Amino acid sequence: MTTVLAAPTAAPSPGASRTAAPVVTGIGVAAPNGLGTEAWWSAVLRGRSGIRPVSRFDASGYPVKLAGEVPGFVDAEHVSSRLMPQTDRVTRLSLAAAKEALDDAGADPAQLPEHAAGVVTANSFGGFEFGQQELQALWSKGGQHVSAYQSFAWFYAVNSGQISIKHGLRGASGVLVSEQAGGLDAMAHARRQIRKGAELVVTGGIDSALCPWGWAAYLAGGGLTDGEDPARAYLPFAEDASGHVAGEGGALLVLEGAEEARRRGARVHGVLAGHAATFDADGASRLGAAAELALADAGVHPDEIDVVFADAAGERGADRAEAEALAALFGPYGVPVTAPKSMTGRLAAGGAALDVAAALLTLRDQLIPPTTGTELPAEEYRLDLVTGAPAPATGLPLRTALVLARGRGGFNSAVVIRAADA
Amino acid sequence: MRRVVITGIGVVAPGRPGTKEFWSLLTDGRTATRAITLFDASGFRSRIAAEADFDPQESGLTAEQAGRLDRAAQFAVVSAREALADSGLAGSYDATRTGVTLGSALGCTTGLDAQYGVVSEQGTRTLVDHTKAVPHLYDYFVPSSMAAEVARTVGAQGPVALVSTGCTSGLDAVGHAVDLVREGSADVMVTGAAEAPITPITAACFDAIRATSTRNDEPETASRPFDRTRNGFVLGEGSAVLVIEEYEHARARGAHLYAEISGFASRSNAYHMTGLRPDGIEMAAAITAALAEAELEPGDIDYVNAHGSGTKQNDKHETEAFKRSLGQRAYEVPVSSIKSMIGHSLGAIGALEVAACALAIEHDTVPPTANLHEPDPACDLDYTPLTARRQRTDAVLTVGSGFGGFQSAMILTSPPLKADR
Amino acid sequence: MERLELDDLKRILRECAGEEEGVDLDGDVLDLNWFELGYDSLAVLQTTGHIEREYDVLLDEEALDDADTPRRYLAMVNEVLSARAAV
Repeated sequence: MTTVLAAPTAAPSPGASRTAAPVVTGIGVAAPNGLGTEAWWSAVLRGRSGIRPVSRFDASGYPVKLAGEVPGFVDAEHVSSRLMPQTDRVTRLSLAAAKEALDDAGADPAQLPEHAAGVVTANSFGGFEFGQQELQALWSKGGQHVSAYQSFAWFYAVNSGQISIKHGLRGASGVLVSEQAGGLDAMAHARRQIRKGAELVVTGGIDSALCPWGWAAYLAGGGLTDGEDPARAYLPFAEDASGHVAGEGGALLVLEGAEEARRRGARVHGVLAGHAATFDADGASRLGAAAELALADAGVHPDEIDVVFADAAGERGADRAEAEALAALFGPYGVPVTAPKSMTGRLAAGGAALDVAAALLTLRDQLIPPTTGTELPAEEYRLDLVTGAPAPATGLPLRTALVLARGRGGFNSAVVIRAADA
Repeated sequence: MRRVVITGIGVVAPGRPGTKEFWSLLTDGRTATRAITLFDASGFRSRIAAEADFDPQESGLTAEQAGRLDRAAQFAVVSAREALADSGLAGSYDATRTGVTLGSALGCTTGLDAQYGVVSEQGTRTLVDHTKAVPHLYDYFVPSSMAAEVARTVGAQGPVALVSTGCTSGLDAVGHAVDLVREGSADVMVTGAAEAPITPITAACFDAIRATSTRNDEPETASRPFDRTRNGFVLGEGSAVLVIEEYEHARARGAHLYAEISGFASRSNAYHMTGLRPDGIEMAAAITAALAEAELEPGDIDYVNAHGSGTKQNDKHETEAFKRSLGQRAYEVPVSSIKSMIGHSLGAIGALEVAACALAIEHDTVPPTANLHEPDPACDLDYTPLTARRQRTDAVLTVGSGFGGFQSAMILTSPPLKADR
Repeated sequence: MERLELDDLKRILRECAGEEEGVDLDGDVLDLNWFELGYDSLAVLQTTGHIEREYDVLLDEEALDDADTPRRYLAMVNEVLSARAAV
């Protein structure tokens, strides 16, 4: 046998490998301040927060009582009767966002070559509320009371699986978990599939674990603010930041090969131009390194970045680390920074995915959404933080955005988004 | 294109921990399946599993780690240490060019199951008492903690993530790592998978879908892939972690090369969360794409490591997929399922199978399918029954199939210098 | 509860597996197979688990495979229930 010595060069079917950066052609959103892309985006531009007292369970006995809950989600409008008994809320939100994104893209996966479309999502908790219900059945009544659907409804792959079935997406698919960094890592993995020959990938992240069992885990994790005034609880980069608020939701996007999108005349929201991920193995933050590597991957100089969507932990130490990374890369007050997640809370895998959606619409509307709650960033951070009202472009148009995310445990991820015509 | 080689292997498998123990179990055709000892399984339909004889402290973990880490994370850390030592890399690599991808289907399910009992006071309250939870409950909640633990163990500062695609997690995690090295995001990846699913909640859900074997009286022969009398899979647990490197990086330091990973592909059946299309078309498509990436023909494949879970549906589905993708070669090439010996450890098994394939190439030996006495007429290939085979093994196909519809295939080939060693 | 009636089965099916669009469970369904009714093996297994708990019986897997319509399924369950009553 001689072939084993040959260096592999061929790309897998279908299609050929390609290097042009893929484009976003569809956006679907389920956020605490709006269900559906337009409802959410208009709330974001008006600075309307979705942080409220928890209503999905009785949180009165717990030390933290605020959350970002997706409002007005009527399950039956998004999920068939057959799927209802076998899906957690996170999967229902995911199915709704995936449909919105595919509709927005105007893409019909059935028209694509076989195995050319896939799903790559990030997730952090699986179907945790469903899991609580079944763990409760197990512990209170015994193993024979556990649902047959538990075998998949609570696992991390459930959203990718159900979306692929619903829309007949039979190409390469995947599921990544890197906590808050996951939404960006999933998009990078989707881009990888497109480079390897896929034409369309539904990607992004949605999370939801607003149930008592999820709350116990959040509380054990720490980092949540115990503030009870929704408008003053989660204050990224503020002097008196006291932690974050947990929320549910996120965004799913349709990512397509640039050539395929152009050929079918698709409206392009923007370009996924670069990505990098790093890890803090020894305690020192490598968020800045992720940002730098992402810029290099995109072939973009720091001067070309028009806006940064920050990870915005809302905790002094982590906020300082992020501010230092930004100052090192862009100079003090060197670039407008914003954190619309101040209106939703931190959504785990959904958070950075939603920030990418926000970045795309920022470039479309030429308006940077504000950070709410925080009135002034701590002086020492030397940040040009957009607060109060949306900031229009000053001078040249907004063409390029950097989105940052950090996952608990040391994960850093960064994505560069370019305007469609940039 | 940058090429990727395996330079280190670490294993915690059913039976005794360690790569040597694992390979000797497989090549002896012994089984590690038994009556469940990890919890009281009376009252469950299936009361058997393939358990690891694992003592965290004997395996080198501190008491603090043993107390804090979920059983699956313990497996992963121990395997990662063995793999790193085996690779000879320690202290001689650029941490910023080193990453981790770890697979797991269920994450920290052992810890979550037990902690639910605590905070719900044995299921007597649904508004659980968070004050009773262990301080590290969040790490069980979000299983990227496992990948993070491995990354800290090996000092990786490059890309790190957990891959969770059901029972293809292990294969997909390694495939993901290969992609990262090829595209230049890393030079070294510590990659593999871990799972510790032998818990009441997992046993209960597989009971409910009647996927696990109920051959409770004969645990050691209960896992019977491709046998006419098979009646489900046997739950397993464990971990395998590999060190993979860009070929020139490994060659420059004179590393021992187990195998090259030369092709990987994944497809989704978009059909059913647990069921399989009888025609095996997506698994076949993944195999074909992986072969194309490796620039190999079906006739080059010397061994097929099957998913071979031992469920009625899987083994037929897979046999169809092999015929569809490999044609005549499907009838000639030895196929086997190591799940016959170490059970099905869900997200971990794919990585354990990649480790077995690397060792098959290293030792020119094909592990057998144990317990295969009465072949199913619908499964009419050469499944290497009962006894390992010594044979020149240069190119191996391994496949995985997972809930959610994931189908993956990987090709491993002899390292470029095997002929010289 | 010594017999499983069609109405009971329909109630449990709806709870355990919902109802397929375009299928009327209240119509003439006794001799339609599960597939025609929009139910997959998981739906039947979830329903079976529910019946096993509610009626305190254990149903055999092989018998389940053969019970591919509501009529056959009811007959299979009721055979087990009446065998138990006879003991």
